[in-house]
Amino acid sequence: MSKILLDSAELNKAVKQMAKEIHKSVKDYKNLAIVGIHSNGVFIAKKILQELKTVTGFDIPFGTLDITLYRDDIDNLSSGEREIKDTEIPFDLEISKKNIILVDDVLYTGRTIRAALDFLMSFGRPQSIKLAVFVDRGGRELPIEPNFTGIKFHAGKKIKVECSQKDGEGRVVILD
Amino acid sequence: MSFIYKDLLGLQYLDKKDLETILDSVKPFKTLFTRSVKKAPTLVGKTVVTLFYEPSTRTRTSFEIAAKRLSADVVNLSVNASSVVKGESLIDTGKTLAAMNADYIIIRHSMTGAPEILARALDVSIINAGDGFHEHPTQGLLDLYTIHEKKGRVEGLNVLLVGDILHSRVAKSNIWALTKMGANVAVAGPPTLIPSNIQKLGVKVFYNLDEAIKTADVINILRIQLERQQENLFPSVHEYVELYQLTKTRLAKAKSDVLLMHPGPMNRGIEISSDAADSSNAAINEQVTNGIAVRMAVLFLLKPNRSKNEN
Repeated sequence: MSKILLDSAELNKAVKQMAKEIHKSVKDYKNLAIVGIHSNGVFIAKKILQELKTVTGFDIPFGTLDITLYRDDIDNLSSGEREIKDTEIPFDLEISKKNIILVDDVLYTGRTIRAALDFLMSFGRPQSIKLAVFVDRGGRELPIEPNFTGIKFHAGKKIKVECSQKDGEGRVVILD
Repeated sequence: MSFIYKDLLGLQYLDKKDLETILDSVKPFKTLFTRSVKKAPTLVGKTVVTLFYEPSTRTRTSFEIAAKRLSADVVNLSVNASSVVKGESLIDTGKTLAAMNADYIIIRHSMTGAPEILARALDVSIINAGDGFHEHPTQGLLDLYTIHEKKGRVEGLNVLLVGDILHSRVAKSNIWALTKMGANVAVAGPPTLIPSNIQKLGVKVFYNLDEAIKTADVINILRIQLERQQENLFPSVHEYVELYQLTKTRLAKAKSDVLLMHPGPMNRGIEISSDAADSSNAAINEQVTNGIAVRMAVLFLLKPNRSKNEN
């Protein structure tokens, strides 16, 4: 049985709050770029992008990462986990000294973020990378902490962001 | 997606879904080539051995580049330098490599079934890089991928294989893959180079190339293996050229958007004329690029039995 923690409206509200915090911290939008991690990180990242666009009017560059090829548990991947989605970084991050906001839906062990950082670096040397996660679940196995957090949920239970990329509706559920 | 194989021995043993899984997996690897860092750390620490009992440069190099772009360590063994000369059996060679903790063995052998013998004996992932007249599955896959990429589909296309079907493992792998994907496959060549029971694989046979070419959406020209010329399978190279060389004149009889492929190495002026090989219909160099991406996808998808005490 799964329990709904945040419904669609609550999720949107929390994302809005995150976007506000990010906006407060950004000094210069000229070099900012947002990168979402597949699949649900892209969903959250798009929402943040939309919020920031509305507030600032800036056309912020947007990218996506599929970190499968950078995982540290390649021997134990199920066949479903071997499906790789598109990675697109349609901007130069080295010459233009990009400050990147890396976005994922749930932060748990930190291993996905480790992989994403390595992958991002293979595109060049950005000026900085900050991490925004929608749900911080605790349970870290690596020394990685977010700069921006939507909600904290440290109850030791499995949590999932369910979303429809098509209509932009999402919710957070607790899995038992 | 449910692709759970230790080995890739032939396309005969895969179903349509497996083939689609592989096709779907290729693109991320191909886009890697457009970046300044063409490499991913996916197979870091893994060992890939290429074990070639027949000479080959391009297939071996393609596998080597594929493995290296996935950060694996690659060891190349060729027949002259290996223990075969000293009389070691295939299985013993395989076991030796397994004892050296190889994770993948890519084997080419003149005997049909050699890769399967290794696959049964070892936990190592075995990839067939050509066995006898049997199969060359990664070539079949890269041809399939190139057709799909260029034509947007495979189902319903008329694909013509031209030349030495009898000795060609590329032809066999092409036939298995293409028929499973719903293409209409035809072969054309001298009767002595076409197996007598080939129709059983669901293939149409032509002896007249000019006739066969008219309806083709894709023409895959196979290499004439000049080293087999002593077997007297066709009267002379000159006659083969007259009847079966893919020339620009012949190409003009085909559909204007016909896709022209060749697995290489090409004998320009024998099975294909230079102007045809360099025409805008040809995707021969793209086949080579796709070959690396396809082989990366195969290395990524296969699962060696790594440790017995897992879980």
